[in-house]
Formats: sequence, C-alpha cells, structure tokens
Amino acid sequence: MTVSILLFLPIVAAVITALLKNGIAKHAALFFSVAQLVIALIFLSKFVPDASTQFVIDVPWISSYGIYFSAGIDGISMVLVLLTTVLVPLIILTTYQHQYKNEGAFYGLILFMQAGMLVVFTALDGFLFYVGWEAALIPIYFICALWGGENRIRVTIKFFIYTFAGSLFMLVGIIYLYLQSPDKTFDIHNFYKMTLDVKHQSWIFWAFFLAFAIKMPLFPFHTWQPDTYTEAPSGGTMMLSGIMLKMGIYGVIRWMIPNAPLGFFHFQSLAMILGVIGVVYASIIAFKQKDGKRLIAYSSIGHVGLIAAGIFAWNIAGVQGAMIQMLNHGINVVGMFFIWDIISRRLNTREISQLGGIAKVAPKFAIGFLIILLGTVGLPLTNGFIGEFLLLKGVFDFSVQHYVNLVLAAVAGLTIIFGAVYMLRLYKNVMQGETNPLTATFTDVSGTEKFTLCLICVLVIVLGIYPQPILHISEAAVTQLVNQIGSKFTM
Amino acid sequence: MNTIIIISVLPIVLLYLGLYKAQKALLPVTVIGLLAALGFAICQWTSKDTAEPIYTGMLLFNNFSVVFSSVTIISTILILLLSKGYFERISRHTAEYYAIILFSLTGIIVMVSFNNLVMLFIGIEIMSVSLYILAGIKKSDFASNEAALKYFLMGAFSTGFLLFGMALLYGSSGSFNIDTIREYVINHPHIDPMFYTGIALIIVGLCFKVGAAPFHFWTPDVYEGAPTLITAFMSTVVKTAGFAAFLRLFSACFQPLSDFWTPILLVVTIITLFIGNITALYQQSFKRMLAFSSISHAGYLLFAIVSLGAASGNSVFVYATAYSIASIIAFGGLILVQQQGGSDNFESFNGLGKKNPFLAFVLTVAMLSLAGIPLTAGFIGKFFMFSGAVSRYHIGLVIIAVINAIISIFYYFRVIIAMYFRADERAELTVPVYYKVVFALSALATILIGVYPDLIARFI
Repeated sequence: MTVSILLFLPIVAAVITALLKNGIAKHAALFFSVAQLVIALIFLSKFVPDASTQFVIDVPWISSYGIYFSAGIDGISMVLVLLTTVLVPLIILTTYQHQYKNEGAFYGLILFMQAGMLVVFTALDGFLFYVGWEAALIPIYFICALWGGENRIRVTIKFFIYTFAGSLFMLVGIIYLYLQSPDKTFDIHNFYKMTLDVKHQSWIFWAFFLAFAIKMPLFPFHTWQPDTYTEAPSGGTMMLSGIMLKMGIYGVIRWMIPNAPLGFFHFQSLAMILGVIGVVYASIIAFKQKDGKRLIAYSSIGHVGLIAAGIFAWNIAGVQGAMIQMLNHGINVVGMFFIWDIISRRLNTREISQLGGIAKVAPKFAIGFLIILLGTVGLPLTNGFIGEFLLLKGVFDFSVQHYVNLVLAAVAGLTIIFGAVYMLRLYKNVMQGETNPLTATFTDVSGTEKFTLCLICVLVIVLGIYPQPILHISEAAVTQLVNQIGSKFTM
Repeated sequence: MNTIIIISVLPIVLLYLGLYKAQKALLPVTVIGLLAALGFAICQWTSKDTAEPIYTGMLLFNNFSVVFSSVTIISTILILLLSKGYFERISRHTAEYYAIILFSLTGIIVMVSFNNLVMLFIGIEIMSVSLYILAGIKKSDFASNEAALKYFLMGAFSTGFLLFGMALLYGSSGSFNIDTIREYVINHPHIDPMFYTGIALIIVGLCFKVGAAPFHFWTPDVYEGAPTLITAFMSTVVKTAGFAAFLRLFSACFQPLSDFWTPILLVVTIITLFIGNITALYQQSFKRMLAFSSISHAGYLLFAIVSLGAASGNSVFVYATAYSIASIIAFGGLILVQQQGGSDNFESFNGLGKKNPFLAFVLTVAMLSLAGIPLTAGFIGKFFMFSGAVSRYHIGLVIIAVINAIISIFYYFRVIIAMYFRADERAELTVPVYYKVVFALSALATILIGVYPDLIARFI
C-alpha cells in the first residue's frame, strides 16, 4: 500500500465532480473527500510513529533528469495529511448553504487543489514538490477569481503573481541543489547529505525563504493576503488559510532548513525577528479592522508569525509546537471563517459596527462561536493552547541558549494577549449588547450548519484536552530532523 | 532522404491539382503526403544515432534532424488543418498557399539536416523566399503588402550578413563542410580574426531569422500584417527551424570558441527577453501580443545556445514543441474570434468562457503552457532551459528569466481573465470540426508532455 492512492484519488474525483451537474456535485465532492479521510485514517492506523518514511512510492518519471515520482509519509507529513483530509470535507460542508453557479467546477477545483497539497506534503523529490506546489496554486486562483467578490480580478492576479514569483525562485534553488548533488537526482535525502559552503547555502536559503515567506505569509511579504482572503469565496478563503499556508510552513521544516542549514543559521535571528514582527504588527492591525473577514485574515498572519518564529528557533519544542499548531490553526481558522460566513450570508454585511446582540437571538450559534473563538485565542483546554505554549517555549529556549535577551520571547508572548483582546472585542461587538433591526432578523443555526459547527467545536475541545496522539505522531520524525541539522551546525 | 523528396514533389502535385480545379483534394493530398514524409523521417531514427552524411557530405539526416523534421511537419499539418475554409476566403487560388507553405517546409527540412554551410544557406533561402510571398499573399490588403515588403527588405539585408559571415569562415578554414570547420577550430590554437568576424556576422544573420532582439523590428509588423495562419506558421514552424539550425551550427562548429560568442549571445538573450515581454505587456491586440511574446520565447530558446551542452538539443526540442502546439491553439482561437467577432483585441475574448467552454478551456491550457505553469508542456521546456543555464552557472541570466516569466503572467492571464471573469453579452462562436480536432489534440499533447515529458524528451 503506497501513498499514491492518496495522491491520485482526488484527481480522479476532481474530474468526475467537474463533469457533474449542479446539485449532485457538492454531494459527490463530500463523498470523495470523506473517502479520502477514510483512506488517510487507514494510513494512520498502519503508521508506525518512528522517524522512518513509510508507504513510499518511487518510480522513474523524467529519466534524463534523474526525476522520480517519489513520495512517502513520515511523522511530519502524517500530521499534514491528516490536516488536509480532515479539513477538506469540513470546508465542503461549510459551503453547503451556498449556491455556486457552475458547482461542478467549483468542487472539482477544490479536490484538484487537495491533490496538489497532498503532493506537497508527501513529496520526497524536489521536482515533484515544486509541481505539487504550483498545482495547488492554479485551482485556488480560479476559485478566487471566478466566485470571488467585486475586486477579485485585481486582487487575485496580485496574489497569483506574488506567489508565482516566490516559487520560481524556489525552482531555481531546487535546480541548483540538483546540479550540485553527487548522483544528479532530485531526491531529498541526497540533498540532505550535501555539504555546500555558507555562501551557496545562503543563496539557497533565500531562494526557498522567499517562496515560503510569501506563501505563509510572513511580514513583510503579507500584502497579498488580507485582500485575497477578503475577496475570495468563503470556501476558497478556508482552503487558503486552513491548508495552503501550511505548505509554506511545511516547506520551511522539510525543505528550507535541512537543505541549507548553514545559510539558515546565518540568518536565523533575522528570520525570527520577522516572525515576531508579524505577530505584533498583524495583531495591531487586526485590532483596527472594521471588516470581520479582514480581522480574521490579519489574526491569521499573527498566528502564522508565531508558528514561523517557533520553527526558526529550531528546537524540538518549537517544531513540535508548530506541528500541532498547524493542525489546530487550520481547524480554528476554518471555524472562524465559517462563523463569519454564516453572519455575512444572513445579514449581507461584513461591517462589525452594523452588528450586535446576535447572542440573544441565536444562542446555539453563540456557543459555537465562543468555543471556536476561545480555541483561536488559545485558552487552556482548547486546542490553541498547547501549540502556542510549545511555540513560546521554543522561542524562549532559543533566546536562553543563544544569550540574546528575552525581549524576543516576551514580545512573541504578547500574541496571546493581543489575540485575546481583539478576538474578545470582536465577540463583544458582534454577539453581545442590544440587537438592532438588522441583527434581530438573524436565525439560529440548524441542519448542516449546526452539524458542521458541532464537528468543529468537538475537534477544538477534544484536541485541547488530549493533544498527545497528534504530538506522538510527529515526535520521532521531528526529533531526528532537529538533531540531525543541529549536529551539522555544531560540527 | 525520402522526406525531402516527398516534401519537394508534393507542392508540384498540388499546383497541378490547382490547375485542374481539384480544390477539394488539396487538403487531403497535402496531409497524406506530409504524413508519408513524417513516416519516412521517423524511420530514419536510430537508437545509437549512427547516420552517415549523404549527397557527398552535403546533408546529414541524424536523430537531431529526424526530431526537428517531425516536429515541424506535425506543426505544419496542424496549421494546415486549421486552414480549411480559411484560404478560400482570401483568394481563389488556394493551391498556391499549400504549395508555397510546403516549399517553405522543404527549406526547413534542409535547414535542420545540413552538413555544409552552403546547404544551410540554401535551406534558409528556400524557406525565406517562400515566406516573403506568404506574408504578402493578400494581394489587395495594405498591411499584408507592407509586411511582405518589410520582411523582404530586412530579410535580404540579413541574408547578406549571413552570407558574408559564411564567406569569412570559408576564407579562414578553407571549407564549407561542417566537419572540416570543426577540425579547423580544434586544431588551430590561433584562430584567424577573420573567423571570429564570420561568427559575429552569422550570429547577426541567424538572430534576424529567429527574431531575437535587437534584430526583431520586423516581427510585430510582419506578424500583424500577414494572414493569421501564415503568422502561426512563421512563429512556430519557422522559429523552431531557425533555432534548430542555429543550435546545429553552433554545437557542431563553434563550441570550442564559446568564450568569444557567449557574451554576445548573453546580451542578445537578455535584451530579447526584456523587449519581448515588456512590449507585449502594452499591447491591446491579441495578435500583436502573441508576436511580441514570440520574441520573448526566442529569448528563452537562446538559453540552450548560451549554455551549449549535450542536453541543448533536447531542451530546444521540448521547448519548441511546447511553444509550437500552444501557439497553434492560440492562433486558432484568434482566427475564430477574429472572423466571427471582427476584432482581435483582448476585449473580444470577453465572456468566451460561458459561451464556448471548450474553446476557452483549450485557450487557457495554451496560455498556461506559454506562461510556463507546471503540468503543462511549457513548464517542462522552461525547466529544461533553466537547468541548462544553471548548470553553466548563468545564475544572473536565470534570475532575469524568472523576472521575465513573472512579467509574462500579466499578459497571458489577461486572456484568461477576459474569457472567464469579464462578462459580456456575446454570440456563441461556431467551432468547425477540424478546429475542434486540432484543439483537442494540441491541448492533450500539452498536458501529456507536461505530466510525462519522457514521451518526447528522450529522442535526441
């Protein structure tokens, strides 16, 4: 049993879904995505949580260039495969209330994008990684541009060019690594074994960094993100924020740091500072937002900044924190965008100032919102807590080890306070207070909406109380990777 | 050598068919003849590439020639399939068109299989003279006449450079034969300055033929003025052949002297990339955009010559194939929009996605391929080119190319945006069956090569 079934099923599913008529397509998409989830769970049950790569497929692809279709799952990939396969059905469920024109194409593109992302998360060959990376970009471009808001054309082309530019530089980096590799292949394990000097590694570092920093997005490469999140249809926003930005984070862990460790350590502090600036900057801007969808977009930049800082600390706590936080952030951000989608679809507005008092008319919705919001804020016993705790520990350990002052860690810690401030303020303004004529018309959630909201809340609470299984999946792989690179540094 | 014979006899047959008013037979006879020529060409392919020079050392039909003859013949067939009903609209003497295109193709086959500078020159001339006529074949159309005259004057001028260069090579090495010139280059530590001058002049002549800047000034006007199908032929088949000849000459003779000509070509490449891309950005007409983008593609193709090596032939082959099939789709779509919508502006593509989903889809595939997005053939071509350049440590060049690739997104995506995202009340275009077949085949080939490039990438 190899990972190929996981990679090819969504492509087949995408083609089938794209050919179906309105009304059937969404059910088919849900069916296929649940099937994907089941397959992923089967993989999980057979998965041995050690540092090895399992379910490997390795067949020649482009023989003259030493390119193999080579993919497999280790602990790090497993978490992200779970993230993707859990979130896609959830996202499809959240879009059930929408009537998209040309539904088959919409869901087909989502499934195709899932295939691209799964390729990224499992690829062991540099070329394959790049192809998956771009294959995920094309569908989301069309999703945003076809079903997006008013300014979609301008915003999406900016998004596309931004990310495409970053990834082309990464492609040059990958080609360079390939040409330096002893047996001229794109195999990641060969890349790991190479020892280039600092100067070359620095260039490779920047080539990768640009691609990943734009994708995440990290300050100051984030300018495409709020616009795109705002203009995209809610399903597209969730795909982008829930899963796609994790491609960047995953890329840092798997491709950037291990392939250019010396380059990375050379710029480690700079990278961390960028991450921490992102936390503070995004939080402050989030505080000032009038549009709820934009607020969530900026809060996402803040959270990602902290994840990035934790990875750049490059110790086990930091990277493990990033792993679990990727999963939890995915769930929470999908939840938040879903909440906001429910509000804006019912009331036809995204302005926070026009809302208020919804809790009075929709108590069930209020409970769901509150749970997801607390998860996002990172309250203990919700899923956001453990990740942020580990990430901050990672950043703190780094500060202590490297004798830099603790300001960095302290500032990074502000994220929790800031997050709580703007999120609770959002809740207060939207849900509490007196109902106005607009919000009085709000009907409480029911049917699919209620079911989806319940699912997300259950995930928030369960993963908050008992995160150990997830941490356990990636622990061995992360430990090995961190130590392997760390030892290269001390050599 | 049956390929050349068939392709040169075929046009004479066609002219007779035209004489006896057998208009209906023209296209089938041409296609069957070309398929036969293609079959003979493919039969010459040998796994060890052991072909011997023929005709007293004048031609060498090796794997390189097989591959490039095949891609040019296939592209010509696709273009001719699009021509059903197209030439009839322009003139009553349709046999001329087929015959002249095929004469031009004869020249191209000679160009990709020359083993002697004289044959290179003759090939280029057979091709060019036919093209001068084709560009001006709309006799009463002002733009078409202008295109022909411009093309002819500039072309004759550049041929002069080319011929002068060859004469200088002959003067210093004493032979027109490729092998002898190579031996001269290898065995003489002190190369005659005359020889270097010859190389420089040949570069000028060839750069003109492939439309590389700063010798590109003829391309936009000629491409715009000529009938669209002829433009398609010029920007795909002719360009492919030009690069094949360029590469063949340089890898056979001048490789040891790369220190001399690499800087020249580097400058040419960089200028070509920027001029092609930045000018394409400002075009309002789709046809003119394609003309300028073809200049920038010439820039990418030059990568293979700048970073000359064992893989160059393969890179040019894959890139040219990808570029040709994508361009054929683009020009085919343009013809339909132009004929039925009346204009070739980007606006005339508005709303095509709704009315003609199939046409919009194949055009999207073509644009993605031209922009070099993965899972299309264009990406594989760019990837090979970039790999070649990085392997020669032309990192700066690759970064410039990356910037240009990003610029090109703007204008290729304008078409996609117009088709899908700009709503417009428009009538549905009727897509003839022949067009459908060509579009489907080309789009399929683009995606197949993009997903599994080993299909074609192992023939040189």
